[in-house]
Amino acid sequence: MTQALEGFLQALSAGLLIGAVYGLMCVGLGLIFGVMRVINFAQGDFMMLGMYAAFYFFTALGVQATFGNAFGPFVAIVLAGPVLAVFGYFVHLTLISRVSGTRTSSLEGEGHYAQLILTLGIALILQNGGLLVFGSVLASIRTPLSSSAWELGPLFYDVSVFINKARGIDAVLSLVMMLLLTLLITRSRIGKSLRAAADNPTAATYMGIDVDRAHRIAFALGTGITAIAGGLLATNYPFHPFVGVEYVIVMYAGVVLGGMGSIIGAFWGGMTIGLVQQMSTLILPTQLQNAAIFVVFLLIIFFRPQGFFGRMVERT
Amino acid sequence: MRGWRSLLPIIVFTALYAAVSLSVTNSYYQLVMTLVPVWAIFGLSWNLLSGYTGLISFGHAAFFGVGAYAVVLGQIHFDLSPWIMIPIAAVLGGIAGLLIGFPTFRLQGHYFALAMLAYPLAILYVFEWLGLQEVTLPIKRDNAMAYMQFADHRLYTLLALAMMFATILLTMAVERSRFGMALLAIKQNEAAAEAAGINTLAWKLRAVTLSGAIAGAIGGFYAVVLLVVTPQSVFGMLVSAQALTVAMFGGVGTVWGPVIGSVILIPLAETLNAEAGSRFPGIQGVIYGIAIICVILLAPEGLFWKVRDFLRKRSAKPIAMAPGGPNIPVAAAVSADLVPLRPKRSTGTGDVVLEVRNLSRSFGGLKAVQDVSFKLRQNEILGIIGPNGAGKTTLFNLLNGFLRPATGEILLDGREMSGRKPHELCEAGIGRTFQIMRPFLRMSISDNVVVGAYVRARNAAEARQLAADAIVRVGLSEIADRIAGELTTKELRLMELARALAGQPRILLLDETLAGLGHDEANEVVAVIQRLARDGMTIAIIEHTMQAMVRLVDSFLVLDHGAVIVEGEPEAVTRDSRVIEAYLGKKWMAHAPH
Repeated sequence: MTQALEGFLQALSAGLLIGAVYGLMCVGLGLIFGVMRVINFAQGDFMMLGMYAAFYFFTALGVQATFGNAFGPFVAIVLAGPVLAVFGYFVHLTLISRVSGTRTSSLEGEGHYAQLILTLGIALILQNGGLLVFGSVLASIRTPLSSSAWELGPLFYDVSVFINKARGIDAVLSLVMMLLLTLLITRSRIGKSLRAAADNPTAATYMGIDVDRAHRIAFALGTGITAIAGGLLATNYPFHPFVGVEYVIVMYAGVVLGGMGSIIGAFWGGMTIGLVQQMSTLILPTQLQNAAIFVVFLLIIFFRPQGFFGRMVERT
Repeated sequence: MRGWRSLLPIIVFTALYAAVSLSVTNSYYQLVMTLVPVWAIFGLSWNLLSGYTGLISFGHAAFFGVGAYAVVLGQIHFDLSPWIMIPIAAVLGGIAGLLIGFPTFRLQGHYFALAMLAYPLAILYVFEWLGLQEVTLPIKRDNAMAYMQFADHRLYTLLALAMMFATILLTMAVERSRFGMALLAIKQNEAAAEAAGINTLAWKLRAVTLSGAIAGAIGGFYAVVLLVVTPQSVFGMLVSAQALTVAMFGGVGTVWGPVIGSVILIPLAETLNAEAGSRFPGIQGVIYGIAIICVILLAPEGLFWKVRDFLRKRSAKPIAMAPGGPNIPVAAAVSADLVPLRPKRSTGTGDVVLEVRNLSRSFGGLKAVQDVSFKLRQNEILGIIGPNGAGKTTLFNLLNGFLRPATGEILLDGREMSGRKPHELCEAGIGRTFQIMRPFLRMSISDNVVVGAYVRARNAAEARQLAADAIVRVGLSEIADRIAGELTTKELRLMELARALAGQPRILLLDETLAGLGHDEANEVVAVIQRLARDGMTIAIIEHTMQAMVRLVDSFLVLDHGAVIVEGEPEAVTRDSRVIEAYLGKKWMAHAPH
């Protein structure tokens, strides 16, 4: 009994911690998807680049020497964000903007076909280019904190919960990033233009908002945020150039769960995925963990396709 | 014959490909030659659902993988030859399509695409958990032919080519039939398709079943060619991506697209892999990706359409320079027929075709339509007017089944019809046009109108005939072969009118048919509508411009805040103080003639 309870609490806390990072990861995609309505298949690979950027910041660019083994990785991870944001900015400027935003009205299916295949092409280049540049050896950004834990408790009946220190810091950093982003979106002028462009691109254009520029900012921000989330995940999970494919599905599941177009919804969607994944280990074999995610994803799509925070809009 | 001529390029292509493949001796290139038609077929399967209906599927690997595993497991456990198992794989793929399609078609747009993504991935993990990580087809030393194990690998190519030829024929048959027309209509506007009498869910289910069956069969064949099946190699995201890559690269919604895409991309990727793969791992993926990006930036809808549009433009130029153009005689014909004044007809004596009793519908707190009742008699033109937001379009949506009324009755020839689906109401005789036009831009006027004709027509010839009649009635027959994308607003409006007419409705609901037209153009369209009424059509029309309406209609129904405020003859209605108040506000009341 005590053991079962302990197992449950352990899975719950792990789910919450992983969920916070998944949440941040989904927010990155949710921002792009919510503002631009572009299905970006390369998002997972942007995240992979974020992982490698953090890795090289840490090992090669002196972050390890300056900040030490324990906290250096987190500094490197946060630094990778802006780098990937700039990368995202230029990817949008040179490629994505040609098949999205104000240019798409003339294309069949509002350019969805073109966007899909373009981002698939980008994903292919990044994955295979990653293989060329980084090699196929597993990399990781481990810190001593990844293998030590805080013990909470004993809470009651000798039940105590262990919290992995690295995961704990990951979760806190995710929440901080989330808070900063929320402030940016709700308080700043840029945030306002993003929301206007998302809500009604045509009307936003008439109000003097440069919608393509708003899209570019959203794309850059979203890329940077997902890159940071990727770095945080990399403190516990080793990675390789093809790691993006594994996570891009989780990201879309989270975004749809939360309701497309809702930033805070994407966070809770990611959180739900993390919880489902960790809690399912209690009753399902490990191989079916991911199958459980997709089953929950499908159930929610069928019974509440607008997600937790979304609205349904119908037009005739 | 029309059929023969269009088959010729495919026969020539298949024969040439067969000849080339027979001359290949290197076993690796023989495999590549086999994979080209394999992925082309898979792309065709994807195209059948996603290319024609516009519902993008990321999950075609689900059907492919089911077929592949069926063939391998069938031989391992039951000693069944692939010759038997591939047809069974097709059946299983079709069933999988039906099972997945039925719940998933409730979703639209991005939701559909993303839900489809989840199926093969969920199945992938289940197959891994079942311990089917790597399953190999047992090699049959004796009786190899009976198990589709050929010593000469070129036979695989020929078999794949035969399957591709069959799939192309099947796709072309679908494209030309009412099946293909229905799918294209769904792609353009699902709601409009329903209103044109197309049972969209039924056609989408047929499409996904057929598509799943093709994908299942080719998945099974793929397993036979490669001999080894892993969950990643048949259910993985890259498999689904392969289908949409070859189809989109080559051209979406055409039988040639997936074939072109596969012929270019598969040898490119495989050759790069063989030549440079060992020195630069991943180089083929990078170059493949760059090729895809370049094409999509230059030809966002695929190579086929780019080339076709280019050729069309070149051949169209001399026609455009010819003096006059085909449009003028039509306009002249119409204006000769133009009747400036409303012809005096005896109204109110014909049989009641449509009777609406106490119809209401609210959205939350907004009473969009409240307690509306009216009668529409044979041969009558009823004008429905009212300020913006008065509930005019909502009323039409209730009448043609887009919305279910909360209360009230809709009697068509005395039969209660409220709450039926749009395609059922269309079959029953309610045709409509839309405020926002939804032409099929790449199709000719005739083909656009044929879509609407299939509600009544039993076969293609009858549909053509009905469409041609409808085009004559709106006066577009001179330009019936022109592509909808080249038409003016007026011609498009008339084309939409013809599309609704082709279904031989009892009643036409016209939603702002004159919107966006200039004065003279509006007069031409008004003349066409008048002629329709004279020939016995019953019409309800929503319009803002009073001037045109007064000359056109027999009686008015004025709506404000969802309710009928006045009903009657045009002369009386335009002088009614309540109408002036609703349109212009209270302050103008003083100016109203009492």
